[in-house]
Amino acid sequence: MSHLIEINGLKKTFPVYGKTGKIFSQKEYMCAVDNLSFYIEEGETYGLVGESGCGKSTTGRAIVGLTKADGGSILYKGKDLCKLNDKQFRPLRKEIQMVFQNALSALNPRRRIGDILGEILEIHGMKDADERREQVIETLKKVGLSEEHYFRFPHELSGGQVQRLGIASALIIGPRLIVCDEPVSALDVSIQAQILNMLIELQKELRISMLFISHDIGVIRFISDRIGVMYLGTLTEEASTETLFANPLHPYTKMLFDAVPDPYITNREFHALTGEQPVRTQAFQGCAFYNRCPYASDRCKIETPEFKEVESGHKVACHMVS
Amino acid sequence: MNLRKRKTSALNQAIFREQREIRKERLLASPALIIGAVGFLIILLLAVFVPLLNPTDPNAMEVANRLQPPSGKYLLGTDEFGRDLFVRVMYGARVSLWVGGCVAVFSCILGTIVGVYASYFKVLDQILMRICDGLIAIPGILLAIALIAALGTSSWNVILALTIVYTPSVARTVRASAMVIREQAYVEAAKVQGFGNLRILWRMILPGVISPLTVQASFIFAQAIISEASLSFLGAGIPAPAASWGNMLEASKLVFSKAPWTMICPGAAVILCVMSLNLLGDGLRDFLDPRVKGGQKK
Repeated sequence: MSHLIEINGLKKTFPVYGKTGKIFSQKEYMCAVDNLSFYIEEGETYGLVGESGCGKSTTGRAIVGLTKADGGSILYKGKDLCKLNDKQFRPLRKEIQMVFQNALSALNPRRRIGDILGEILEIHGMKDADERREQVIETLKKVGLSEEHYFRFPHELSGGQVQRLGIASALIIGPRLIVCDEPVSALDVSIQAQILNMLIELQKELRISMLFISHDIGVIRFISDRIGVMYLGTLTEEASTETLFANPLHPYTKMLFDAVPDPYITNREFHALTGEQPVRTQAFQGCAFYNRCPYASDRCKIETPEFKEVESGHKVACHMVS
Repeated sequence: MNLRKRKTSALNQAIFREQREIRKERLLASPALIIGAVGFLIILLLAVFVPLLNPTDPNAMEVANRLQPPSGKYLLGTDEFGRDLFVRVMYGARVSLWVGGCVAVFSCILGTIVGVYASYFKVLDQILMRICDGLIAIPGILLAIALIAALGTSSWNVILALTIVYTPSVARTVRASAMVIREQAYVEAAKVQGFGNLRILWRMILPGVISPLTVQASFIFAQAIISEASLSFLGAGIPAPAASWGNMLEASKLVFSKAPWTMICPGAAVILCVMSLNLLGDGLRDFLDPRVKGGQKK
């Protein structure tokens, strides 16, 4: 298997302003994503999990080119996506697609579903209207919708149907990689399961790679082949799904797993996460998890832990693990 | 669209019927829109057809019949030169609707171009919006008088002056809604799907701007009618003896104690016309806003 996409040292900063406002205060930068590296293999689902504000979505948006990265590289089939301008990126749009969290707002409310999907085909060079129509209906059927939705407006569908439609609009041009940014977090659990099963089936059938972003560990565990746990803009641990759940090494990962409600075990030990994520400034040093980690030592404060492989395919960034 | 015509199964027709029903329900739920539209339509039809069907010259004077009260022969009475007021009000309606309509159309076209470009290019935005700010800072009627003083009085100059007065507010409205739409998730999604900038501008942003624009247009129409009447009243609008509501009001101010109908008739015409346009604008705003259902905000 070869790496379809490889992210090396990705960095994205956003300006933050003090209380005195945009004009009078000194411009400072916070790093939403800092020195993030991972890769996705062909046909693989890579799950990115972490709490709100850890930079998961920013990573996804950088890959599809919605935000410009400030450093690092995103190599897709040997091309660095960070260095492409809009025009050079356009041919690759066909291969890298995105499923949005709020599918309804990601669909033009003024147009019929058939037109929305048809237009995507049109801009990618399918000129014949009948051919487009066939393809649209075929895609609708693929995601569990039917011909009768062709002339519907997006707001006439239910939440689950809209999310299916969102997936259809990503799939219709036959991408190689789909970035799913929290695609099921707005849905109730039974619909979540339907959508996830459908995604898995479609992925197997079409052999697409997927970057699946979610804060829901259950969902991530269900869908991913490999998982990256993200905290404060970097990866803290990465392993295949089985390894990670059997043997979590990083204190953050352990705490994250502890936070999942378990209906069967009632008297287990429970380490709740305390405190909040700090703001990662550009001069940030040491371990990202330092201020919340129960095992933190002085070394963790000064020295940034290396993201190193402890066993085959299992990487951890922690001084305590060696 | 062509697809719809060619392949309309029974199911699709049912869907279209359902969508039409919903639209009809929403239309009926806003009485303002219907009252405004009907009122405006009546004024429009009267203005078009009365002068066509009634051969009376609006400027023909019959000094023997000056200041006649409304009667069977003179529906709304006569003015101080013995001119038929009903005919003059109808000719005045033509002038007012022509000026108001032209101002609404021209300022909307100009304002949309300025607004859309301003929303898209940052440097241009600063330049265009500062010019608009400057124009908005001057009271509209004063600016119009100044422009007409420089250009001379004629209906085209009134249109030109009022277009310059109203374009900045259209540009601001369009720019604001275009910027809101630009930030929408579906525009972002379109970028990911590979839509070009121009396509996004014309196929997604412009259609979204149209609904606030139509609302704005109906209000500007109404305001332009008032402005034109004010300008004519002040002698800076349509030059006499041509009939316009403003200069009829101006002429009536010497005789209105003896013949109040000379003031009431053109005044009522202005009020009715502006009111129906404002109702139309309000109704359109509710109808076009998808968040308002059944006439009430959810």
